[in-house]
Amino acid sequence: MMASSYNAKDEDGHITVTGPGGGTLRSKKPENTAFKQQRLPAWQPILTAGTVLPAFFIIGLIFIPIGIGLYVTSNNIKEFEVDYTGVDMSSPCFNCSQNFSWNSTTPCTCTIPFFLEQPYESNVFMYYGLSNFYQNHRRYVKSRDDSQLNGDMTSLKEPSKECEPYAYHDNKPIAPCGAIANSMFNDTLELFYNDPNGTKVQIPLTNIGIAWWTDKHVKFKNPGAGEANQNLTAVFQGTTKPLNWRRPVYELDAAANNNGFINEDFIVWMRTAALPTFRKLYRIIKSPSNGMMPTMPRGNYTLEVVYNYPVRSFEGRKRMILSTISWMGGKNPFLGIAYITVGSVCFFLGVVLLIIHHKCGNRNNSADISN
Amino acid sequence: MLPQGYEDWLRHKADNEVNKYQVKVLEDGRRIQKESEKIKVGDVVEVEEDETFPCDLILLQSSRDDDTCFVTTASLDGESNHKTHYTVPDIEKDLESLNATIECEQPQPDLYKFVGRMHIDKNDQEPAVRSLGPENLLLKGATLKNTQKIYGVAVYTGMETKMALNYQGKSQKRSAVEKSINAFLLVYLCILVSKALVCTTLKYVWQSKDGQDEPWYNEKTQREKDTNLYLKMFTDFLSFMVLFNFIIPVSMYVTVEMQKFLGSFFITWDKDFFDPEIQEGALVNTSDLNEELGQVEYVFTDKTGTLTQNNMEFIECCIDGFQYKYRDASSELDGFCVTDGPVSKLQQKAGREKEELFLRALCLCHTVQVKESTDQGQSQQDGLIDQVDGLEVDAGLFHPPQEQRGFIASSPDEVALVKGAMRYGFTFLGLESKTMKILNRNNDVEMYELLHVLNFDPVRRRMSVIVRSKSGDTLLFCKGADSSIFPRVRQEEVERIRMHVERNATEGYRTLCVAYKILSAEEYAQADAGLRDARLALQDREEKLMTVYNQVETGMSLIGATAVEDRLQEEAAETMEALQGAGIKVWVLTGDKMETAKSTCYACRLFQRNTELLELTVRTLEDGERSREVRLHELLLEYHKKAVQDAPPVKAGVNRSWSSAGQDYGFIIDGATLSMVLNNSPESNSSRYKNLFLQICQNCTSVLCCRMAPLQKAQIVKMVKNSKGSPITLSIGDGANDVSMILEAHVGIGIKGKEGRQAVRNSDYAVPKLKHLKKLLLAHGHLYYVRIAHLVQYFFYKNLCFILPQFLYQFFCGYSQQPLYDAAYLTMYNICFTSMPILAYSLLEQHICIEVLLDNATLYREIAKNAVLRWGTFLYWTVLGVFHGLLFFFGVRFLFSNPALQDNGQVFGNWSYGTIVFTVLVFTVTLKLALDTRHWTWINHFVIWGSLAFYVFFSFFWGGIIWPFLRQQRLYFVFANMLSSVSAWLVIILLILLSLLPEILLVVFRKPRGPHARQKKMVQSSVGGHQSPRSSARPLLMRTFSDESNTVI
Repeated sequence: MMASSYNAKDEDGHITVTGPGGGTLRSKKPENTAFKQQRLPAWQPILTAGTVLPAFFIIGLIFIPIGIGLYVTSNNIKEFEVDYTGVDMSSPCFNCSQNFSWNSTTPCTCTIPFFLEQPYESNVFMYYGLSNFYQNHRRYVKSRDDSQLNGDMTSLKEPSKECEPYAYHDNKPIAPCGAIANSMFNDTLELFYNDPNGTKVQIPLTNIGIAWWTDKHVKFKNPGAGEANQNLTAVFQGTTKPLNWRRPVYELDAAANNNGFINEDFIVWMRTAALPTFRKLYRIIKSPSNGMMPTMPRGNYTLEVVYNYPVRSFEGRKRMILSTISWMGGKNPFLGIAYITVGSVCFFLGVVLLIIHHKCGNRNNSADISN
Repeated sequence: MLPQGYEDWLRHKADNEVNKYQVKVLEDGRRIQKESEKIKVGDVVEVEEDETFPCDLILLQSSRDDDTCFVTTASLDGESNHKTHYTVPDIEKDLESLNATIECEQPQPDLYKFVGRMHIDKNDQEPAVRSLGPENLLLKGATLKNTQKIYGVAVYTGMETKMALNYQGKSQKRSAVEKSINAFLLVYLCILVSKALVCTTLKYVWQSKDGQDEPWYNEKTQREKDTNLYLKMFTDFLSFMVLFNFIIPVSMYVTVEMQKFLGSFFITWDKDFFDPEIQEGALVNTSDLNEELGQVEYVFTDKTGTLTQNNMEFIECCIDGFQYKYRDASSELDGFCVTDGPVSKLQQKAGREKEELFLRALCLCHTVQVKESTDQGQSQQDGLIDQVDGLEVDAGLFHPPQEQRGFIASSPDEVALVKGAMRYGFTFLGLESKTMKILNRNNDVEMYELLHVLNFDPVRRRMSVIVRSKSGDTLLFCKGADSSIFPRVRQEEVERIRMHVERNATEGYRTLCVAYKILSAEEYAQADAGLRDARLALQDREEKLMTVYNQVETGMSLIGATAVEDRLQEEAAETMEALQGAGIKVWVLTGDKMETAKSTCYACRLFQRNTELLELTVRTLEDGERSREVRLHELLLEYHKKAVQDAPPVKAGVNRSWSSAGQDYGFIIDGATLSMVLNNSPESNSSRYKNLFLQICQNCTSVLCCRMAPLQKAQIVKMVKNSKGSPITLSIGDGANDVSMILEAHVGIGIKGKEGRQAVRNSDYAVPKLKHLKKLLLAHGHLYYVRIAHLVQYFFYKNLCFILPQFLYQFFCGYSQQPLYDAAYLTMYNICFTSMPILAYSLLEQHICIEVLLDNATLYREIAKNAVLRWGTFLYWTVLGVFHGLLFFFGVRFLFSNPALQDNGQVFGNWSYGTIVFTVLVFTVTLKLALDTRHWTWINHFVIWGSLAFYVFFSFFWGGIIWPFLRQQRLYFVFANMLSSVSAWLVIILLILLSLLPEILLVVFRKPRGPHARQKKMVQSSVGGHQSPRSSARPLLMRTFSDESNTVI
């Protein structure tokens, strides 16, 4: 009896003033809104075996093909890697690596022959790889001045403190300042195709399009970029080149659109790598326009290295990598394997759950009947 | 902090109401208004009817002729009857010329003790000395009744008043959840420190290798080189601490505060708590304890005004063995009807003579006074008489309108009895100069001369009057408890009535037996002389009076018994039943008499018919000739054996089953005995008694403590609170006498009752009625607890999997404290990206809908003992966080084994790495919450999908502009470039799915809630059993797995 009256009161929530005093009673009665009464209409999903089972199958069915696709794609990517650090006595670059000195004026050159077993079609991407090089070290990562690189004149003359100890040299500001810029990779790599008929053909390497478009066009700017007939030499007057560089920044490339801070090699280097073993895009070998010939046919090649970059002091390694690229990027079997595994696990779980579901369902039914 | 400040401000406002209200003070013959806090000792204060006394006063003058005044101390000790207080004897009527000094004892908390002296200086005379006792003292907090105006002199003010001395300081209450949070925090602090230590150690191990510390490409500055090695180590350690400090969820405190503050509005807004009578809803004084409402194990409740309405109603009577039950729609002429009781003589009635005798007894044997009707509120004594005369005319009608007739008595039972008699045709018209007037059934006024009143006292447990009727007979009417009447009447009459009395008692009614005797002239003369002598005796007055009383009240004949119901609050029994069903133990703490309280307990179904009562009261202690201490010891041991040792071992833990135990025990103790148990300090026994007592009590279904002083109530609460397992206690009360217990308990609930606002003001929550406690605990408490527990666990989890990748990254960056995420992400993660969904969840989640929670009290037991915040669940969440953190980091790590992820061969750097991890992180933790959300309102949808959208939007925005104020444009177009890479998309999807997979599996195996729970209930009720709610109708898989996954909520 009590309960029913309680319920009845529950429903007549809209009557606000029923007090005996009546009249102008200021009612403190709470508003009967769904929100205030915690009665907002709500969707109350219940995940049960019934609803999740199909999801498992669907995930399995989607992931396995994707995984296979990824795996096949990754496998089809051709990749060739050659280590030219020169650690071994037998290595052609051994001498260069041994006799390295920052002050030597004559560049040390070494030649590494290699053989491509498969022809590389379409664009081939040439990377240099470094190992045990901590580009992600905190002291290193922050040692740059982005406003200087963005063409700010004051920063050019007064580099940020973050660049220390690579901010000033001989009381002149360093441009570009900082450890990252100072340690820019400066080996020169050249590729030659040894034609079976004995001639040695240099392969044309493009150094445009290796950096992020936005970096090249927005984030990095030469100082005084907007001005007409810009003279980089003049602009960088009063600054000095980074200690370890052989040339000042305005002599990085002959082409004006690839010189100074907007030099793409420089921009690529300035994007610090995530892990101590990394690769960076060095050059692109464009596929010939006729399209019939492979970009790099099967055969003997020579890599000529101007060995400027010392890595042995920190037990680093230098590699040259040639790779084709697919829609998923470079060669990486991880994604494909992961997708296949997860897909199979889901599918397997789906099967297991289905079996349990089925068995339990039967048992429950019988149990209910016996009740 | 802000919410607390706001609550403090509200409290401050309430304080002002108390401290600054205007009182009238006589000063130099003038009457001036003063703020109540400015009253000084020695001020003469004027108090009018229905006002409360602003401080402790010695009564000097009353507007009543007989130099008395009536007060009710309901808000002090819970007794709502009117007490008579006397002015200081033989004092001048003119207060202006009164010159006196009062000496009184130091303030002490006992409400019933006061000793003082008043020296009245009269010009050129020896100062007269008057002794002052408690009957002259008006206590602060009591209310003046039925007296127009009094003057009193303040003796104790402010913190020295007896009320204030019974008041306990308010301390900041902390909830059990907060304690768990602190424990978890300690664990995370340890994790933080050990992470920092590991990293620092490894850093120096790693650096010791050649060429690693300072390769040519990364030289240190001169300052770094010059720094002392140990200082460097220390700063490195600190840097790691800073780097990992996000593992300590600072933002959790903010969110918890917000959740509590905002969440408490749902209590105030709840219209079920709205009481149309007082036009008020619930009140939340502190929001810190919302979740504690879901953890209550002991409820301490006041009786008067809380369990009962303090409103007696005459239910039935039994005259000479025949049962009479009043029915409004009775067809019989005289308003009587005979119900068929268990008595064999059906449809019979006692003789008319007996009936009338019985009703006369009811009309005469009391100390009730007729009060003027209140609706006109006249202020003159003449008006009163007019009114009474007017009533006489009214009374000629069959049903005199009761509202116009106010009765004032020292006990509400008496009023009920007089009213009961009125319904049967005998109306008490009042007492005028020792003459009692009764209007009988024939509308004749009968006059009786009141010769003596033999007052009620708790030891005799009866009271009598001696009257002389018109015809000259001297009659003695006596009414009292059955146990005190039965031995004094002729035995052959007893049996017929005993049956009724016992039946009524078990139904929770308060029973009284009525007896009478005709005194012969000699007998009366003897009694009269004895009474006069005894009253005048200076020594041992009490004992002498007692002996005379006992002599007079013998050899009576029993005429009947009455049953009066102390009306329970609405749904009191249902509420108590629900609380017990929820595994909560209910203790009744009252200042009232044991019999009254016991019958209330029966009526509330706290004691049931098969409950065996273990009594430990002054009465049970006194039957032996041995000393009380010995007896106490014996009884304690005996009860302990019964209730604790012989009881079947109850499984500890979640199944706190009280109903399954074979025998229910109820325990009764009174104030005097309690103080013996708690305070007999000289021996070491006291702590043993206390332990025995506690163990007995904890094994009893319900405990009744009667005759408690306010501080004793608090003592009991404190004792239970500090007992093993430190259970969460809740006190509920409505009067000032409950304040100390309300303050002492973990959660204090005030009832916005009739007895002032003291309790409400000092409580943590206030509700209008007792019945609201059910929803407050079972629904609000349960939900708040689950919400905040989930919030806490979730916060620890999301910060763990946030910072773990950053920790792991140190292994790949030469332990150089390089952050994985951009500074903006680090700051925004807890503030913007993941805070709103959990806040919305913690405000709106209803994992079980409210109706189901209210219907199944047993659900409350599932969260008992902080079930969701135990170490088990904490471990689960921590493992989950670690799993997710590892997955995020290494998933992306393997992807980055070839950083050429774009289809144009360009490579990603370290900020892309961090951004991918962070994207996976934000999506995973948000979707994890989505999986946990059982109750999706539009707000949840908005906030969850909104946060994710905001994250994407923000990342575009943040990376889309060269920010002039930033020194490094680390994220410039990083997010956009990430999205242009198919591999990044694929890895993000894969990792999110993979991290949620175990979660989905667990969700599937977990017990379902919500609509299904309702289904479950239906099935259960159709089966009709009281089985646990997880019995049948659980969908399929749950049955096999639920038990393992139970810990995971």
